[in-house]
Amino acid sequence: MTATRAGTIETLLGSREIVVTCGPGGVGKTTSAAAAGAMAASRIGGRVLVLTVDPARRLADALGLKGIGNEVTEVPAKVFTDAGLPLKGSLHAAMLDTKQSWDALIARHAPDEATRDRILENPLYQNITGRFIQSHDYIAMERLYELHSTGEWDLIVVDTPPTRNALDFLDAPARMADFFSSRLLRWLIAPARSSLLNLASKPFTQIADRILGTQFLSDIAEFFLSMQSMYEGFVDRANAVARLMADERTSFLVVSSSETVPLREAEFFSAELARRKLDVGAVILNKVLPDALSDPGALATAEAIEQRHAELAATLAGPMKVDEAVLDRVLLTVTESYSDFAVVARREAAARERFASEGATLITIPNLEGEISDMTGLGQLGGYLFAG
Amino acid sequence: MATPPLTERSLIFVTGKGGVGKTTIAAGLAQMLANDNKRVLACEIDAKGDLSAAFEIARAAFKPTVISDHLEVMSMDTEASLKEYLRLHLKIPVVGKIGPVAKAFDFLATAAPGVREILTIGKLCWEVREQHYDALVVDASATGHIIGQLAAPQAINDLVKVGLIRSQSDWMLEILSDPAKTGLVIVTTPEEMPVLETIQLSASVRAETTVDLAAIVVNRLLPERFGPREEPVFEALATTAGTKRLSKEVGADTTAIVAAARLATTMRRGRTVQLEALRTGVPGVPLILVPELFQRTDGLRATNQIATHLAEELLP
Repeated sequence: MTATRAGTIETLLGSREIVVTCGPGGVGKTTSAAAAGAMAASRIGGRVLVLTVDPARRLADALGLKGIGNEVTEVPAKVFTDAGLPLKGSLHAAMLDTKQSWDALIARHAPDEATRDRILENPLYQNITGRFIQSHDYIAMERLYELHSTGEWDLIVVDTPPTRNALDFLDAPARMADFFSSRLLRWLIAPARSSLLNLASKPFTQIADRILGTQFLSDIAEFFLSMQSMYEGFVDRANAVARLMADERTSFLVVSSSETVPLREAEFFSAELARRKLDVGAVILNKVLPDALSDPGALATAEAIEQRHAELAATLAGPMKVDEAVLDRVLLTVTESYSDFAVVARREAAARERFASEGATLITIPNLEGEISDMTGLGQLGGYLFAG
Repeated sequence: MATPPLTERSLIFVTGKGGVGKTTIAAGLAQMLANDNKRVLACEIDAKGDLSAAFEIARAAFKPTVISDHLEVMSMDTEASLKEYLRLHLKIPVVGKIGPVAKAFDFLATAAPGVREILTIGKLCWEVREQHYDALVVDASATGHIIGQLAAPQAINDLVKVGLIRSQSDWMLEILSDPAKTGLVIVTTPEEMPVLETIQLSASVRAETTVDLAAIVVNRLLPERFGPREEPVFEALATTAGTKRLSKEVGADTTAIVAAARLATTMRRGRTVQLEALRTGVPGVPLILVPELFQRTDGLRATNQIATHLAEELLP
């Protein structure tokens, strides 16, 4: 638990409006987001919101809530007092339900009820919102934008899907803006709008028609035609979100474990963020094995025990009042176990050094006992986050 | 009805929560089948290059890289898949860059959900139908996205009533729904969150797709260090007095070494509980157990070791 720059996370959480946690899956990203939010509410104060956009629903567990839905839920103050934590501000949580958020978005921005209903009933719309992946990334950004623009929150901590998807998440607004300003989109809906077939769209619609069939194409066209009145709004908001991500109100926390594969992904992600000129506030490494495992002195000691196991067992069995043969096996197993873990610990330490040499602020969190599933655990994790 | 063994299937999807070793297991499974004299194509969906790294080859492309007589590796590329599709089915020859078509496709894939997924699944099913290989092992999307991918042909079927793509999704569904041909493998580690997600995913697979859940691979099991006779002796050694005695005899502080063994036993105990939770949570699905390797790196050596462990579990 060493932070190379003291108080980084605390400063970050006290000075930004949006903090986005990102990184590979299975490394405690969601838990880190929850801990960061909880610590901000506990020690810094203000109205803090933790928004999870990960399709897997883990945040509720970690916050001690029975369940969280699309609507913002306040974490009861009692959860903090029961865990022995102060509460200067308040903590709230929301999970992104793709379908509900889309429906709400359409209802909010549709010009009239007839258009709203036409969109909501379109079979394509139902599929886009219910089943498919990309819409999730976009709606996550819409939701973040909506929540941020209410001005109700001092800090929003956003949890993202695993790495490559988190990149999609970042690209979603730009992609949506491109999409709605696409010439092809105009070609596509042209035939539906007028009986005069736009000449330019002919080759495209012909191929599309052969592959997809006419009915499907006209469903698509009808859908986008209904959505047309809202295009400008989509493009505007998409651009606003992109600006918000890039300006000084927002910072990113890259979360990883120090295992080879997750670390490689985290490095890739940090590089991508830097390339996009987005602010990487810190890199959090979870589940780090104890330093003693890669300590050369301890390694020599383990080797000494391995070499002298029989002699040590003979000397110690008497005073310890245990069977000599069994003690001999135990000593050998202990050194074997040590060297197994030492291999992993050394590999991880080397990878960490490589990461640190690239200039990232590293915060390491030890392998905590058991999974974190309550506020006490979040407080403990938060303590490591704030230490330095 | 007894489901066919995993090793006899021709299309095996491997999924799992990030960080559990999904790619390593997919690579090990492909290697094991190849060692068993099957012609195998390993396919990476996410194009991250992790599968190539597991075989220590340069990043694989859409055109398969030949690793041995029995094993080839490819990386999914929806644009290349579309090109192949146009050439084979519509007799539209596409040479070099497909410029406008690619652009139209990009647009269509964003506008019409499922198009990208269907090109991925379609390519895989096509290889199965043409029997170019005995088995395809797919390093598929992670748990959050696998359902959308596997359910794509069904979704297309619901949306599109006529046209070429409809007839395509029909035969794809036939292959995907046949447990003699297709199976899904979920990789997990015996830890709380991965196990919980595996149980949830198993339920969704059964509710939302027609694909058979063939097996669950439990990766990174820790070895049992102490038997019933050794455990009390270790406990005596791990007391402050016991460790002090050992340190005195060795002539150096042994606290860290004993603590490491304690960490190992605690971790193992926790993992045993999770293994039981998995057995209860997903009854009737075979669990394939793979030990923690304690390796310096991932790569070919790890892949081969995994293949050996999988062979012990899966081959007669």
